[in-house]
Amino acid sequence: MEKRELICIGCPLGCMVTVTMENGAVTAVEGNTCKRGDDYARKEVTNPTRIVTSTVMVQGGSDVTVAVKTRSDVPKDKIFDCVKALKGITVKAPVHIGDVIVADVAGTGVDIVATSEVK
Amino acid sequence: MMKTYDIVIIGGGPAGLAAAVSARKSGIESILILERDKELGGILNQCIHNGFGLHTFKEELTGPEYAARFIRQAEDLKIEYKLHTMVMDISPDKVVTAMNREEGMFAIQAKAVILCMGCRERPRGALNIPGYRPAGIYSAGTAQRLVNREGFLPGREVVILGSGDIGLIMARRMTFEGAKVKVVAELMPYSGGLKRNIVQCLNDYDIPLKLSHTVVDIRGRERLTGVTIAAVDEKGKPIPGTEEDYDCDTLLLSCGLIPENELSRGAGVEMNPVTSGPVVNESLETSIEGVFACGNVLHVHDLVDFVSEEAAAAGRNAAAYVTGARKEAEGKIVRLNPTSGVRYTVPAFIRPDQMDDKLTVRFRVGGVYKNCSIGVYFGEEQVLRRKRPVVAPGEMEEIRLEKAKLLQYPDLDTITIKIEEA
Repeated sequence: MEKRELICIGCPLGCMVTVTMENGAVTAVEGNTCKRGDDYARKEVTNPTRIVTSTVMVQGGSDVTVAVKTRSDVPKDKIFDCVKALKGITVKAPVHIGDVIVADVAGTGVDIVATSEVK
Repeated sequence: MMKTYDIVIIGGGPAGLAAAVSARKSGIESILILERDKELGGILNQCIHNGFGLHTFKEELTGPEYAARFIRQAEDLKIEYKLHTMVMDISPDKVVTAMNREEGMFAIQAKAVILCMGCRERPRGALNIPGYRPAGIYSAGTAQRLVNREGFLPGREVVILGSGDIGLIMARRMTFEGAKVKVVAELMPYSGGLKRNIVQCLNDYDIPLKLSHTVVDIRGRERLTGVTIAAVDEKGKPIPGTEEDYDCDTLLLSCGLIPENELSRGAGVEMNPVTSGPVVNESLETSIEGVFACGNVLHVHDLVDFVSEEAAAAGRNAAAYVTGARKEAEGKIVRLNPTSGVRYTVPAFIRPDQMDDKLTVRFRVGGVYKNCSIGVYFGEEQVLRRKRPVVAPGEMEEIRLEKAKLLQYPDLDTITIKIEEA
C-alpha cells in the first residue's frame, strides 16, 4: 500500500488530498471536499500530464524568438525531454501560430507548435 | 485643425483591444488605439505559458495566442491603431497629446477616452531591501521579457522574492532554460499567486516556497553573489537568528503590481488609494464624464478573461456615451461599501437608472478566510449570501447585482459587501 499527498488545483481552497494506492490502482481518495478533487487526484497519481511551453530562436524575423508549446498535454515525466529537444533549434522567419516546429517531440507522439507570429 | 476621433483608447493590450472591438460592434466607426510598443497585444506577448482563455474561448491558450485572437478581430473590424506612439497627456476636456517618430508631437480631440494602460511591477526601490546594488536583480516581468522575447537567460542560480504569479511562472521558465531556482521567499503567510501556479511551477520542480520569509541582505559589488533570507514575525519584521544565506547570481522580484495611472492623474481623474486605480461608476466611467477605465489600470486582475469582459463593457458604455444612446442620469447614486475583509469594489458606486440589467461587481479580500460567506446588504437587509470554502487575496471575487432588484429599493443609498462567518 502506498500513500501520496497532493494539493488539489481545482479551486483556491487547495485541499490536501491523500491518495491510497495498491499495485498501481487507486483504492481511496481522502481530504478532498468535492468531486473535482477526486477526479484531479486520480488523474494526477495514475497519469499526470502537462502542456509544455517554451521558446526557440528565429533567424531573419521581426523577433529573435518564437513561443512554442506541445499541441496537447504530455506525460509529466517527459517535460524535460521535450525541453531538451528544443535546445539549439533555430527556425527561419516567417513563423505562424500553429506551424509545427518539432514533430513527435521526445517520442511522445505530440508535436511542438508555434504559438506566436514572427514576420 | 485638430484631428478628432469618437473614441481614443490608450493602450493596445488585452483591455484596449477588447474595448475597441466592443465599441466597434456597438456601432462606433471612429476609433483609434494608441500603443507605445512595436506591436499590439501588450504583456500577453511575453506570457508564453498556457492557461489563458478558459472563460472567453472555452479552451486553454498561451498569452500570444490569446492576444492574436483579439488582434485578428481588431484587424478584421479595421480598427485604426498607431504603434510606437507614446501618450504624453490627457486633458480634462479629452484632448490626447501623443508623440511618435513619424508625426512628432500631435494632439487629438476625443469624444470619449478609454484608459487601458495596464500596470507595472513594484520595483526594488519600493521594497526597502538593504544591501548592495549589484547587477543581477530584476523584476520577474523583466526576466520574463529577457528569456521569452530577447532569448537571454539573465542568470543561472536564482532566488525569487515574492510569490506573485509572474515570479512563480518564471521559476518554472528559468528551470526549463537550465537555471537552478533555489527558493521562493514570500513575506506574507500566504502566497500572492494562484494555487495552480504553486503546484505546477514550484511543486512540480521541487522548488521550496518559504512563507513569512523575506530577503534581509543582498551581497555582491558588481554582480549579485548571494542573498540572506530570514523568517518574519506577524508584523513582517525579520526574526534574528533565522537568517539563511543563499549563493545566487540572480534575484527576481515578484512583489505586486501597480496600475499605471500617471496619465489619469494628469487628467484629474479621482483615484482610489486601495486599488491605485480610478474611482469608477457602474459604466466604468471615471470622475471625468466620457473618460472610462478598464483592465489592470483600473484594478489588477488575475485572469485576462475578466480583463476582456470588463473592457468589453467599457467599450459598450463609451459607445453609448458617444452616440447619445445613454439617457440622462437622474442623479440617484448608490454607494458600494466594502467592509469586514473586503478591501474595495469596482465599481465604487452605481447609478441604478444607468446600470445594465446585470452588473458584475469585482473585489478583493484582505486576508485568507476559510468557511466564510460573502454577504451583500441593501441598507440593513441581507439580499445575498454566498458560501465560500475559502477566499484569498490572490484570487479576485465577484458578485452580480440585478437592476430589477435594485429598483425595488427606491430609498437605497448604500450596498454593503462583507466577509462573514459561514
